Amino acid sequence: MSAILIIEQVLNGLQFGVMLFLMAAGLTLIFGVMGLINLAHGSLYMVGAFAAAAVAGATGSFLLGLVAALAAAALAGTLIEVVVIRRLYAAPHLDQVLATFALILVFSEGTRWIFGSFPLFLEIPDALSGPVTLPGGIEYPLYRLTLIGIGLAIAVGLWALIERTRIGIQIRAGENDREMIAALGVDISRLYTLIFALGAALAGLAGALVGAIQSVQVGMGEPVLILAFVVIVIGGIGSIRGAFIGALLVGLTDTLGGVFLPEVFKLFMEPGAAQKSGAAIASMGIYILMGCVLVWRPTGLFGARP
Amino acid sequence: MRIAEHWINGAVLIGIAALPLWALFIDEPFTITLVTRAVILALAAVGLNIVLGFGGLVSFGHAVFFGLGGYAMGILAYHAQTYTVLDLGFFTTEGTKSMPIIWLVAMGISAIAAFFIGLLCLRTSGVYFIMITLAFGQMFYYFAISWAQYGGEDGLSIYVRNGFPGLNTLVPIQFFGICFALLCLVLILKARLQRAPFGLALNALRQSEARVATMGLNPMRIKLLAFVLSGAITGLAGALFADLNRFVSPAMFSWQFSGELIVLIIIGGVGRLMGPVIGACVFVALEHFLGGLTDFWHVYLGLILLGIVLFGRGGLLGLLTGKEGAHV
Repeated sequence: MSAILIIEQVLNGLQFGVMLFLMAAGLTLIFGVMGLINLAHGSLYMVGAFAAAAVAGATGSFLLGLVAALAAAALAGTLIEVVVIRRLYAAPHLDQVLATFALILVFSEGTRWIFGSFPLFLEIPDALSGPVTLPGGIEYPLYRLTLIGIGLAIAVGLWALIERTRIGIQIRAGENDREMIAALGVDISRLYTLIFALGAALAGLAGALVGAIQSVQVGMGEPVLILAFVVIVIGGIGSIRGAFIGALLVGLTDTLGGVFLPEVFKLFMEPGAAQKSGAAIASMGIYILMGCVLVWRPTGLFGARP
Repeated sequence: MRIAEHWINGAVLIGIAALPLWALFIDEPFTITLVTRAVILALAAVGLNIVLGFGGLVSFGHAVFFGLGGYAMGILAYHAQTYTVLDLGFFTTEGTKSMPIIWLVAMGISAIAAFFIGLLCLRTSGVYFIMITLAFGQMFYYFAISWAQYGGEDGLSIYVRNGFPGLNTLVPIQFFGICFALLCLVLILKARLQRAPFGLALNALRQSEARVATMGLNPMRIKLLAFVLSGAITGLAGALFADLNRFVSPAMFSWQFSGELIVLIIIGGVGRLMGPVIGACVFVALEHFLGGLTDFWHVYLGLILLGIVLFGRGGLLGLLTGKEGAHV
């Protein structure tokens, strides 16, 4: 077990974590401000990935693909907000779960209808492919490093948007008291659409960025969606800071657990059995983490106290 | 048109019993299997309806118990068919092919799991509860996938359906009879429970936890008991489902299945005795007929669901009886 391997895996965990953050940030904003649980967030991730793959495939430009992903996901988000989601803000959680579950069915099968069941491929652009040498002689893929950079930049941007701009003030006010802010003359329903579109665009971006290192296929959004739920439950629903910390925790736990738990088990078990049980426990690692956090703090690390 | 609910309930049960008999008469064994599937899904959803409809707890992880029931059957039958010993350390067994024993084990294991999952999840409420039960479902799903000893991702095939004393379970109509009898038994139990002090307390709990606590009842204890009961019934359905297909796989633990169970209840009507049963029949019929028309039938299912959520509160029973039913 060398230091290089450890650093590599930590970077992999960070990369996974910041991509989860892009998903979780939208989910937690939508819940925090509108009180809506949105299962269809994973579908917006998928929409972004498909739009990027289709446009990048047609034009040959990865950058245009990313723009298409942002635009398509934001557009899809706006559309479902206006047509469906808007009617659910005052509805019980069960209705929200069901309606957004129905949206997943429509999106997934609709995408299969248009693009077929075979996965699409999104090429990493030439400028970002290949490894770079980090200080200390570690070789690491440039693309993954770029993802970490983009994720951190967006985290900072989101913080600035919410803490330092007028829209951010309105968003924070909307979390606290929606009637008061409406009475002050802010068009609350436009604000909601805007937040929903913003969350959707972030999910679409994540889908496009991750789509280049995995395959782009129907159903790719749901595993990420559930991980994003784990993230915001750990971080506290409604808290962007919590989503960030939670995403990094989940990314690191999942990546490091998969690599190191079998090694740890080898210390007191025979190698074959250690490999198997280590992998089995590691696959449950983040859920165990979530359980522990909840026993300690039932509303998450940064959630509002009831 | 308004029809009293008990007339609809009776008609549905008679219909479910009559359809396979008619299929037997015109020699259409596939229809019997289809109805059996609906009955088993109904049983699973009746279990979920105890916590969801009456307790107001939206569990998005009931596939856990369905899967545990399925794997209880799979593992016991696997050891029996391969003549290997299942060694649990404190207890060894050679497996079994006997349904009643498998049912007891499936219900027992599901109940134990429900106890511990409930202990943790019921500390939370609302959206947290939804997400945590969902996450527990995923935890079991990934565990089943990585559990190579029992097939991992590929699942386990059981070659011969398990036996029931005095019956030949390989004959579709006899297996249907077993499932239908179990469903009726559970429905009777649930109807009695609804009127018992426990059922009343659970119903009150959905409406106001603080008031129930003020009455001197312990909300956590009632909710936990409901969760355990609900898990055990869904686990029993899982064992039957595994026997119907003679196959168990991690898909039984999948979150989509948890979602489908909720969908069944909503189609039929939340918090009603027969809501899940009607929902399961409609769901299986949709799956069969729409699925026969187009590969993309989930699009239509999604649109139907959206319609029910946005415009038709109370599901089919709500539509027919003109009463909305419980609010969750």
